Parts: sequence; C-alpha cells; structure tokens
Amino acid sequence: MKKNKQLENIVHGIFLICGLITVGCVLLITIYLVISGIPAILEIGLVPFLFGETWASTAAQPAYGILPFILTSIYGTAGAIVLGVPVGFMTAVYLSKIASAKVKSVMEAAISLLAGIPSVVYGLVGMLVLVPAIRKAFNIPDGASLFAAIIVLAIMILPSIIKVSMTALDAVPKEYEDGSLALGATPIETYFRVSVPAAKSGISAAVVLGVGRAIGEAMAVMMVSGNAPNMPGLFESVRFLTTAVASEMSYSSGLQQQALFSIALVLFLFIMLINATLNFFMKRSKEG
Amino acid sequence: MQTNTMKGKRKAYIATMRILMWVSTALTAALVVFLMGYVLYKGLPNITWQLLSTKPSYLTESIGILPDILNTVYIVLATLVIVLPLGVGAAVYLTEYAANKRIVGMIEYATETLSGIPSIIYGLVGMLLFSNNMGTCLMAGSLTLVIMNLPTIMRTTQESLKTVPQSYREGAFGLGAGKWRVIRTVVLPNCVDGVITGCILTVGRILGESAALLFTAGFAHAVNGIVDGLASPGATLTVALYVYAKEQGEFGVAFAIAAILMIMTVLINLSATLVGKYYRNRRSI
Amino acid sequence: MSNIITAKDLCLWYGQFKALKSISMDIPEKSITAFIGPSGCGKSTFLKTLNRMNDLVPDVKITGDVRFREQNIFDSNVDVNELRRDVGMVFQKPNPFPMSVYDNIAYGPRTHGVSSKSQLDDIVEQALKDAAIWDEVKDRLKKNALGLSGGQQQRLCIARALAVQPQVLLMDEPTSALDPISTSRIEELVSDLKKKYTIVMVTHNMQQAVRISDYTAFFLLGELVEFGKTDELFAQPTDKRTEDYITGRFG
Repeated sequence: MKKNKQLENIVHGIFLICGLITVGCVLLITIYLVISGIPAILEIGLVPFLFGETWASTAAQPAYGILPFILTSIYGTAGAIVLGVPVGFMTAVYLSKIASAKVKSVMEAAISLLAGIPSVVYGLVGMLVLVPAIRKAFNIPDGASLFAAIIVLAIMILPSIIKVSMTALDAVPKEYEDGSLALGATPIETYFRVSVPAAKSGISAAVVLGVGRAIGEAMAVMMVSGNAPNMPGLFESVRFLTTAVASEMSYSSGLQQQALFSIALVLFLFIMLINATLNFFMKRSKEG
Repeated sequence: MQTNTMKGKRKAYIATMRILMWVSTALTAALVVFLMGYVLYKGLPNITWQLLSTKPSYLTESIGILPDILNTVYIVLATLVIVLPLGVGAAVYLTEYAANKRIVGMIEYATETLSGIPSIIYGLVGMLLFSNNMGTCLMAGSLTLVIMNLPTIMRTTQESLKTVPQSYREGAFGLGAGKWRVIRTVVLPNCVDGVITGCILTVGRILGESAALLFTAGFAHAVNGIVDGLASPGATLTVALYVYAKEQGEFGVAFAIAAILMIMTVLINLSATLVGKYYRNRRSI
Repeated sequence: MSNIITAKDLCLWYGQFKALKSISMDIPEKSITAFIGPSGCGKSTFLKTLNRMNDLVPDVKITGDVRFREQNIFDSNVDVNELRRDVGMVFQKPNPFPMSVYDNIAYGPRTHGVSSKSQLDDIVEQALKDAAIWDEVKDRLKKNALGLSGGQQQRLCIARALAVQPQVLLMDEPTSALDPISTSRIEELVSDLKKKYTIVMVTHNMQQAVRISDYTAFFLLGELVEFGKTDELFAQPTDKRTEDYITGRFG
C-alpha cells in the first residue's frame, strides 16, 4: 500500500507542476522583458526615451523618443473606444433584452465569427477598402492614417464588448426588471435605468477588455496606419507601440533593437495596468 | 391608454433608445455580412488547385500556398500535443487538488495575465526565449503558441470539470478508489467536451495568429515533412497572407488565403457550437 | 455480539463550527443501526466520519478516535482507500457513474485489483443478486446505468457497494429521494443484508428506523443524546429530549 501512496504523491506533484506553469510563464515573460528592456532606457535616459518627440532609429544621429508611439496608442485606443463602445453596448442591450431567441442566436454566431476573423484579414480589407475610401472622402494624399486604424480597431473590439456586456446583462435577476415594470416603467426604460446600472461592473469590464484588445493589436493596425513615426494627427500616418516593435524587429540590432525591447516593456506595463483594472471590475461583477 | 398619457420627453427617450439599438445591431450584422461577402467574393475566384498544391517558384513566377498549409497543420499539431496535457493538467490541479487558496489565487491571476498579454509581446518573448536558442523555426513558434493558449485550454477544461457532479467523485471515493483513479476513471471521461472545445478554440486562435509567429517561426515557404518542417522556418497561412499583401502586393493570393481562413473560422465556430450541444444533450439523459 | 466500530470522544469541527461534540458509541456487528435526529444535528457528519469521507471536505478537524475492528482509522498507517473498501457507503441521492451497469458494479473490484473477466462476471452477478436487482438488469448489463429508474439506480449503488465485499455498509438517507414503492423494496433489501453485513443508516424517517433497525441513536445539535435498542428507545426513552423528538414535539 506504500506504493499506492507514492504513486498518488507523484501524480499530485505532476499536476501541481502543470498548475504552476502559468505562474512560471508570467514570471519568465516579466523577467525577460525587464532584463532586455532596461539597458536601452538607461543608455538613452528615461525622460528622453519616454518624452522624446523624434524617433529616427536608422539616422546617422539616431534619436529614440517614443512619445509619438505612446500618444498614438492612447489616441487610437481612445478613438476605438469612442466609436466601438456605444455601438457594442447598444447591440448588447438589444440582443440581451429585446431580440427574439432566434435573432439572438444568429447574432451570437455572427459575433463569434467577427471575433474569430484573423487580424491580418481585418488589415487586408482595411488596406484595400477603408484606406482608399478615406483618401477619397477627405481628399488627402494617403488614407493610411490614425483614423483608418481607429475604425479597424473599433470593429475588432466590438465582439469582446458585445459578448462581455451581454453576459453581464443576461445575469441581471428578472425580479429587478419586474419590479420596475410593475411601477409603470416601459420595458426600454427598465432596461436602461434598472438592468444596465445593475450590470455596470460587467459592462465596465467589457470596456476595459476592449481597451486591452485595442492597445495590444499589431498586425491589422500595421496594415492600415501608414507606419511613419509622426506625432499623432487624425489623418497623419502614424505608428503604434505595437507596430513600432513589429516593423523594425526583423532587421534591427544593437541599441536600436534594445530600444525596441524597451518599447515592448512600456507596452507590457500598460497592459498590466489594464489587466489590474479588468480584474477589479470582473471581481466586482462576480460579487454582484 | 398609457402611451397617450406619456409625456413627450419620455416618449422621445424611448424612441431614441430604440432607434440607437436597432441601428447598432444592424450595423454589427452588416459588418459581418460585408466582411464575409467581400472576402469570399474577392478570394474564392483566386483559389485554384494550382495555388493549393504547389509552392512559390521564381522560375515559373507562380505562387502556391501548399507549404503554408502544411506549416499551419504542423504548428497546430505540435502546439496541441504540448498544450493539451499541460492545460488539462493545470485545470485538474485547480479543481481537484488545490487546497491552498494562495496557490490557487496565484495560478488564476497568472492565467488571467497570460490571456491579457498581446500577441506581439508573445512574439518578442518567444523570440528571446526560443528562437534565439533553437533558431527561427516552426517549433519555436509552436512553443510560443503553447504559452498563449494555455489559458484557453485551462478555462474550457475547468468549466467542464465543474459540471462533473460531485456525487460521481463521492461514489468512487466511497468504493475506496484513490484520488488518481477517481480522476482517471470518473472525472476526466466526463470533461471531454471541455477539452474538445478548448482544442477547437485553440486551433482557431493558431489559425488567426500572426504577430506572435513573425519573429519566432519566420516566413519561409518550403515544402517539408513534419519533422523537418518543425525544425525549419516557415510561414503559416496567416503570416503568408501578411507577407503577400503588405510586402509583395500580391492581393489575389492574399484574398484567396483570407477566404480560406474565413471558411475555416466558420467551420471552427460551428463545430464548437455543435460539440457543446452534443454533450449537453448527452448529459441531460 | 461483538462491536465492529467503536467511537470514543469524537469531536469534529468545520472551521470554527463544532459539528460533533464528544461522541462515543459502539456499533454491534451484523445488525442495523439507525441514526435519527433533526437536520443539521450531526448524524450525517458522524456517518461520513466512519469511513473518512469527511477527508474530502476542506477545513475539517477531528479529535478523539474511531476504531474499526480495534484499529484506529485515523492512524497515519491506515490506508483510507482500504478503509473505504471495508466500510462502504451508499449516498442519499443515487449516484451511478455514467457508465454501463456492468462497469458500475465492476468499478470497485477493478479499483482493488481484480482484472480477470470471469472473476468480474461472477462478482457482478453476485452483487446484483444480493441487491435484488439482478432479474431487472441482467439483460441490460451493457446499457448505461443512467437509464434505470431512481429506485433501480439506488439498488444498483447498493450492489456497487457490495461488490467490494465490505464488512460495514453506511447508508446516508438512502430512500429519501425515492417513491414509497422503491423505498419499501430497499427496506426489505436492507433487512435481508444484515445477515452478512453490518449496516449503519441515517434516516429522517422515524417509522423507517422502527421498522428495520435493531439499534437507534438520537443526535441533537452535534451531541449523541441517546443510544440503545430500537424498541426500548422508542418505548421508553430515558432522555426528555429524545421523548420530545420521537413524540413529534419538534423537528
């Protein structure tokens, strides 16, 4: 019987190791990013790196200021949220509360499809449909711009926003709504004045999740944003934190490559901050 | 009667909200229809047997995506083979073994963090961790994807483990079965649906992934067997799409790949739904 | 008649809550002992302590001892899985595994190392006969056990418990989820089983305790109030609280 106990202990150990792998991965990722991201920041200096307005990594006198990337990422994400959240939110309320079961299930399938489309496909369609359309509509030399990126990102975050908001709205107890209806409120008033506030933590989580998705997206944005390291303007060709890493990594070396790692570190810090916020809302949403 | 007594402001509010909801939902639906239709319309005519069955050649100036299809298959297989035992094991640990709340909290926090990290960062870390040590190759890409997809497999397996009735476990323990035997004979066979769903979602994510693979798996288009393939650099379909569209301006090929990816996405979503339904029905007997 | 299980000064806590207060009891071999008492009184907790099913609950602390055939079951050298083979259990709700009838019965023997097909066939048949369900299932041994009726499922679970040849069978309100006809079949079966096994049964149904048990223990708020021969306990309870309970004054 000793043997059985030993076997049980070994199995337990194996499962424990599997469980701890995620913890190990997070540590590994953090350590690697910090170790490879710090040297360039030390060499360039934190302030010139974060607040420098010029990025000229391949110039004779290279400059490594990433303020344009940081601002582009922030503006781009904010823009995507401004466009995507209202549409996603309204769709979620409609599907959760009003739509018939059939419409709901068809739309859910459609939204899953939207979520499953690879980002390069978004990039491709954006590149060939959206960018020329923007060029014509606003009569500018090149449509590849922050504006194009914002639209693509807004579409790409729609599924997360709709799904997470719907889950929160679906979970609102029917008694709340009945209470409001019984007081003479119409269904639509009830949904927006009772159900939505009741689901507010979940909906906030949806928005934060959207922020995370938008700030982390690289390939689609790379294909539609023009990719020049300008300070952001709506119709400027711009570069995001993610695309700054992606566009130069394959041919970079030395300080230039180290600076790219530093950009990744900055991006990682943004993401960790967003995750912490997300966790906060998710917990609150679970607690009701 | 009620509507007659309603004040104008209230009426306007209701009407506005209703219109906004309709417009938003219609817009979402239209987006899906447009994307699907446009990609298929542009892509399907470009899918030829020659495209599917050859590799690119400078001699005949032709493009074929056979190597990219094979690479995708290899990378999917390699990733699943590694991530499945790890992810299922981690889920089993969390639901069946873990008693220490601090360890559970730590694992759950790590898992949530992993699922929030963008793929470009995975690509970078994968490059540092794997490609710099083993060279740029499909295997390096695959290991990167393992880390990315751990949370997915863990989540679906855990959800399914939670639906295994406690009474099954009690019954087996009550007969004197040890923990491992209970897990092997009563718990795992009843969470197959979660594992399958996890696999399907993982396949979907791998198919769509590009940023994490650019610097880890590379862009080559050579036709290899699975062993050589995993050891050499190669582009998956998604990476190939990016290269053809962005670097080479071969939009016909890019749309053909996009159409293939779209069809795969539909099939994957469909099978995930069907698996869920099948097991729900079986359970309700 | 000798005692097969002896509990001495057994206390049990769920976290801060003391669920069992210094229980001492001797359970005689080859008899039926019934535990009665209002819900939450500790009778199920005590039952589950006897084969250490409480180990599965987090934050449980136990002091005192329980001896099964003179062996303290909490000793570190006791293999809990062996203990559970000797002290089997039938649960409140029938809980067949989602496998065939045959595999359900064979699960226990296989767990304990029986692998020969002919041996398993014999064990399965014998167990199903002992549980008086053989005639109903012999033509559907390969069918999923979840297709049986609730009463059949419970007898299947009894057969499953018998298949590992336990010495004691713990039953936690085994008929509470069943209809009256299934209940009376299980009661008949249990009365019959005491020829070969010691049976300890939690019941919320006092008539049931009177009908089939030889000994009865009355629990209240984690205490063992009274324990004795069933006919004596119901005819002349010595404790006022027992009298109040069996005459239906509370609970």
